[in-house]
Formats: sequence, C-alpha cells, structure tokens
Amino acid sequence: MSAADALSAGPQREPARHSNVTRVVIYGLLIVFAIIYLLPLVVMVMTSLKPLDEVTGGNMFYLPQHLTLEPWTKAWGTACVGLTCAGLKGYVWNSVKMVVPAVLISTLLGALNGYVLTKWRFPGHKLVFGMMLFACFIPFQSVLIPMATILGKLGAIGQSLENTVGSSLGFGNPTVNLVLVHVVYGLGFTTLFFRNYYETFPNELVRAAQIDGASFFQIFRRILLPNSMPIFIVTVIYQFTNIWNDFLFGSTFAAGDSAPMTVALYNIVNTSTGVVEYNTNMAAAMIAAAPTLVVYVLAGRYFVSGLMAGAVKG
Amino acid sequence: MSTLEIRSLRKKFGSLEILKGIDISLEQGGFLVLVGPSGCGKSTLLNTIAGLESITSGEIRIGGQIVNNLHPSKRDIAMVFQSYALYPNMSVAQNVAFGMEMRGVPKPERDKAVAAVAKTLQIEHLMDRRPSQLSGGQRQRVAMGRALVRQPQVFLFDEPLSNLDAKLRVDMRIEIKRLHQQTGTTIVYVTHDQIEAMTLATKIAVLKDGELQQVGSPYEIYNSPNNLFVADFMGSPAMNLLEGKIARANGLPQIVLDRHNHAPIVLPVPASADAAKLSDGHKVIFGIRPEAVNDEESIDRGAKSIARFDAKVEIIEPAGADTYVVTRAAGKELTARMRAETPVCVGQNHTFVFNLDKAVLFDPQTTRRI
Repeated sequence: MSAADALSAGPQREPARHSNVTRVVIYGLLIVFAIIYLLPLVVMVMTSLKPLDEVTGGNMFYLPQHLTLEPWTKAWGTACVGLTCAGLKGYVWNSVKMVVPAVLISTLLGALNGYVLTKWRFPGHKLVFGMMLFACFIPFQSVLIPMATILGKLGAIGQSLENTVGSSLGFGNPTVNLVLVHVVYGLGFTTLFFRNYYETFPNELVRAAQIDGASFFQIFRRILLPNSMPIFIVTVIYQFTNIWNDFLFGSTFAAGDSAPMTVALYNIVNTSTGVVEYNTNMAAAMIAAAPTLVVYVLAGRYFVSGLMAGAVKG
Repeated sequence: MSTLEIRSLRKKFGSLEILKGIDISLEQGGFLVLVGPSGCGKSTLLNTIAGLESITSGEIRIGGQIVNNLHPSKRDIAMVFQSYALYPNMSVAQNVAFGMEMRGVPKPERDKAVAAVAKTLQIEHLMDRRPSQLSGGQRQRVAMGRALVRQPQVFLFDEPLSNLDAKLRVDMRIEIKRLHQQTGTTIVYVTHDQIEAMTLATKIAVLKDGELQQVGSPYEIYNSPNNLFVADFMGSPAMNLLEGKIARANGLPQIVLDRHNHAPIVLPVPASADAAKLSDGHKVIFGIRPEAVNDEESIDRGAKSIARFDAKVEIIEPAGADTYVVTRAAGKELTARMRAETPVCVGQNHTFVFNLDKAVLFDPQTTRRI
C-alpha cells in the first residue's frame, strides 16, 4: 500500500463505522414497524385457516393445528348475508360490475379534462380547475342527501321509461347509480392527476399534430393517451382502490342483492345468529381485500414513479 | 405573384401589442429569414402564418388565397419545430406518415411518399426506430422529412438548429441550404442567429418589438442598414458606431470624430449618405464594419474613398483566420478586422485606414440612416 493510498483510506474509515451503526438503527426500526404493520394480516390469515373450535378455544397467535380451507369456501359460497346464504361470490361480481366502468369512465374523463385544461385553454380555465380541485375536499357524507335526491329523480325517469318503452335503459339501476356517483366523485382527483401530468407535456407536439391535420379527439387519442401510461396507471390504481373499498355510497344507494362486496362483508360479520365465526369473517375480509392487494403488488412500482412525476414537475 | 403575402398584420394579447403592422411578401422559391432579439415577435409571426395563433387584424395570403381563418392543416404549410416535436410513441416512418394518414391518403401512396423522403434525407435505415433512439441531428432530419413529405407551398422553420451543438449546426445549415437549392421550396425561417440569417436567406426581415426594421436581401441588410438597430444587430463583431459632428471645410461637409488627448479624425462624407441633408454642427453617428477598418497593406485596393489615422492599439484578439484589433475613437471602442499576420503590438501606435465606400451615417435623433 502506498503512502497516498494510506492517506486517502484514513479519513474514509471513520464515517464507514459511523454509517454501520446508523444502518443497524434504521433497519431495526424498519423491521419493528414492518412487524407491527404485518401482524394483523398474519393473524387474519392464520385465523382464516383454522377450524372454528381452534379459534374460540385457542390464542389468536397460535399457528393452526389442523389446516383447513373450509372458512374460505364458506365465505365465498355459503356464508349468510342477511337472510340469503350464498356467500360473497355474487357481491364480488356486483363490485366488479361497478368498479370497472366507474374506474374507466372517471379516468378517461379526467384525462380529457386534463387535456382541455392544459392544451385547449379557455378564459376562466384556472377557475374551472380550482373548482374541480375543490371537489377533492368535499366529504362523502355531505353529498349523500343531494345525491339521493338526484338518484331518486333518475329512478323516476327509469320507472316512466319502463312503463312507456318497456325498459328503464339503466335509469334507476343500483349498479348504474353507483357508477355515476363514483364517476362524479372521482372526477376531481382524476382531473388533478392528468392536468398536472399534461402540464409538462410539450405543446409543440399538439401543434405539430394540428398542422398534420389531426382533430381534437385524434390528438387526444393518438398523441396524448399513448404517452400517458404512468399517470394512467396511477389514476387507475387510485380510483380502483377507492371505489372497491367504498362502503358509504354502497350501503346508502345499493341495498339487498345489488349491494357491492363491502356491504355484504359488513352483513356477514354482523349476522347476529349463533356463534361469531371469526374464521369465516377473516376469510371474507381477505377475499374483499385481495383485488386491491394484487393491484398494488403488480403496479406499485408505476404508482410511486407516476406520483413523483406529477408531484415534482407539476 | 408571391407565394406568401402578409399585409398590415397586427396581433394583440389583451392590451399588449406583439405585432404592430407587419408587411412582407415572399416570392415562389424564396427563403425568408425572420431575425431579431428574443421577444421581438418573430416566433409569434411564424405561428400566425401557421395558423397556430389567431391574428387581431390584417391579412395573410398563401398562394393568393386568404388564410386568416383557415385551420393550420388547411393552409398548405408544413412546420419544423425547435424541439422537433416528433411523436414519441410512433416510429420514424409513422411520424413522417402521420399527416397523410390524417388526410386519408391510402396506405400504398403513403409508403411511397415516405420512402421517397427517406431517400432524399438519407434516413432510410432509421425508419423503424423511435425518436428516443435517435441523435439530435437524426431527429432534425426526421422533423424535416415530416415537413417535406407534405410538399406544401410554404415551409416554416422555428429556430430548427438551436438545439444542436456548434459543429452539427453548421452541417445542418448547409444541408438546409442544399435542400432549398435542390427542391426550390419556399421557406420562412425564424432564428436569432444572424449568421444563419445571412447564410441562408434570399430575404431577411429584421424585427424589433413587433415592428419590422428592414426587409431586404442579406447584402442590403448588411451593407445598407436602415437604422442603428439593424446596423448593430447584424454582423459579428458588430458594426462600429461612433459619434461625430459635421463641420464644413472648403464648402464641403466633413465628419469630425473627437478623440481624447489626440487630434480629431476628420473624414469626408461617405458616398452612401446624402451630403445635402447635412448642416454644420449636425450630430451624426458614423458606422463602419470592422472589415472596412484595416491597415495600409490590406485595405481594399479598389476603394474610392479612404481615410487614414494613427491610434494606439488597446487589445488584440487573434481569431485564427483574422485578428481583431481594438483601438479607441470618439470615446468608444473601435474594432478593426485585420489579417492574421498583421504586425501589431498592444500599446503601440498603428496606422488604421477606413474604407469609406463601406461606411454609413445615421441620425442619432431618429436613429435612421442619412
């Protein structure tokens, strides 16, 4: 080792030792918090795999003695929701029918809003955007009654259509109602996401497309949308999680057989006859949470990078 | 008939007037360069020709047809943007063909046109790549290809070379010039680089604060600038502009340039100026390009009117091909452009010679040429 190497190695050693200590502290804390966060999930999974007597008889931290999938099949197929005992499966389908159109419509409308608010500015565009932003701060509860009034009117239209044309054309259908509610409520957020993303989208591309003869919608579809993948994924995840997990609108505007899965889960857990079947309840809750979990695992990477792109540049 | 004709064009943003009555016309096959400092309105003018910005009043004609209210795609123009504006989600071939696709040109015809343009610009090997996989110069070519494929009446270039490095810029400049000579297209070109303006243009329009200062051939703009702004803006190093006074001797007006601690330089009035307009005591600004200031050996032999004076050399700037020698006159720096081997030393006196054939006079009040 030459003198120069010794000199340059000397001062580096001290910070290296220092950073080792810090690293232990940081990772130690991270592990502790990870355990705290994971514990409920672990307990849920374990409980859902135990037979009922093990749940009522034992400690919830004990590992299952006899592994069983029976609570899962029961939650899916035969658990009682109110008076009917057909499990969650029908309600999960209800949720899917509501979530998919609601997410797609609100995301596409948000993209369209963002496009207009950044590339086709009109006098007062700032005011419009400010009001759209304001929609993000309105609490769910405060719109319940006005929304109920509107949905009631739509239901009346559906009824009269039923009588005259023979079909309600979706007016008054609980699933359609929920899609409408979630689209309206989600529009503020999706507009915010897309506007911030398109703010940094080069105007010259839009101008070039105009000179090339592309129309308003052609520019949107051919130029902007294909270049919006990161923010599109962010918005879809955000909207999917919110709408899938929503309970308040679901329980207010869709009752009985057309209720979304969250409402059914609540009814399973709250069924007050006999023993509380914790294992079935836990399995039902896992089923309800699974889709959002899967979405985060698959697309979480895009979520973080997309959010940062909007946050830093916007 | 001119291909492009602009008459008393005005553009206002609110109460702010960006373009204050522009009149330009450009003949078929002409190369018009709009040049001026940033914020002078040259890009706005180009955008109004393209139809990307509306106009407040006036008239724009392309090929005889008034296009004031026509959509950009209906004006028979094509544009090359500063950032190239290539669609990042499409291949080079799709980029070039996009305009035709939008106009509903059938696919075989599109492919043929794209192939022809690719051959002209030598970008055939790039056709399947995405813009992000191209270098700056290649993107520039593709952007030009997208414009060429339209075969429009007028090409619009918005500072197309400003994102390239110095060497590539010179190469592309030559390329654009060659393209213009080969195809005989009509081009409007915006730049703030006056060398680009001089080398490319058949016609230069100098703008300042939304007003046309002068329109003319590069030779006219360079040698007979209309006013002080044009004189100062065009040319590098800039024209020497020295304050002087008119004094009569033997009945003839002469220009006197005062010097600190030295005898004043007395010059005959250059031929470009109208001597009849000059009265005794009239203040003038004497303008002369650095290359028209030289020494005894290198001054243009054909010059009809020259004037000599001795002055102390302050700074020497060797620039390879030339050497810039800076001295002082009338309270200002005076730059002379001499041959590289000129024997000069800082601090020594040197005999400078003005070629007065190339000199111009300005009125300091109106800033216009006399």
